[in-house]
Amino acid sequence: MNVPAAWYLVLAAGLFGIGAFGLLTRRSALIMFMCIELMLNAVNLTFVTFSRTLNDISGQAIVFFVMVVAAAEVTVGLGIVVSVFRRRSSTSVDELSELKG
Amino acid sequence: MIAAAYTTPSVLVFATSALLILVGAIGVIAVKNPVHAALCLIMTLIGVAVAFVAQSADFLAAVQIIVYAGAIVVLFLFVIMFLGVDRREHIHFEPLVGQRAFAAVGVAITVGGLIALMAKSHWVSGATSVTTKLSAGSGNVHELGTAVFTTYLFAFEATAALLIIAVVGAVLLARRERPIQSEKEA
Repeated sequence: MNVPAAWYLVLAAGLFGIGAFGLLTRRSALIMFMCIELMLNAVNLTFVTFSRTLNDISGQAIVFFVMVVAAAEVTVGLGIVVSVFRRRSSTSVDELSELKG
Repeated sequence: MIAAAYTTPSVLVFATSALLILVGAIGVIAVKNPVHAALCLIMTLIGVAVAFVAQSADFLAAVQIIVYAGAIVVLFLFVIMFLGVDRREHIHFEPLVGQRAFAAVGVAITVGGLIALMAKSHWVSGATSVTTKLSAGSGNVHELGTAVFTTYLFAFEATAALLIIAVVGAVLLARRERPIQSEKEA
């Protein structure tokens, strides 16, 4: 018998929390993207766990789509990071303050 | 006590994946060098792939390794090398006073709330096997393919459009300025 689903759900919650903490505290845009990937992976793990618990393939299909969207998001996001870096030689999000009143 | 209730291999697999996931995740947010953070991210992704295999999501585990660890992290590393931003960030510098404490409190409330909800209530309340039943091994790939190309066909076609748009957008964002001049030179 496999371990109970709650163990994987708690693990996913912990992973999500670590990713959220990193997103809130780190200043480099690249590291913030990595933290978003951590949070997406936590949600994927939750989907797969519920898919196993409900004995239904839909959860895994949704994870497949989440992975595609994550790939698209990283592609565009890193394009933005590269173009911002060209203009100001930094990836720190604190220095992007032109709209500050 | 735990090992008596559940078979030891599954507990060992869970412990392995939990260790890989948590150590890698803490590494991502704690190390200074972005290259090391990307390598820690690979560790977490492999841990998630182990958890996928343990829960009979074989195809997703393979995709996790190939797409995430293979493509996305390589893209991260490529950008890090391309920009040369390693060893820049001062990790202990706090631009907003108390930001770290507020973040820790907020995250603790969120995660604690999730776990408390899970302990108090029965989360899994939906009908089982609405789309297709799960099966282990290669049957899993067959079922996932059937679900994606029948039930989720529209979403699948939409992801094709999404990927094309993302690639075009990334090329437009990251291309050099004054492309006309560079065409004349070439």
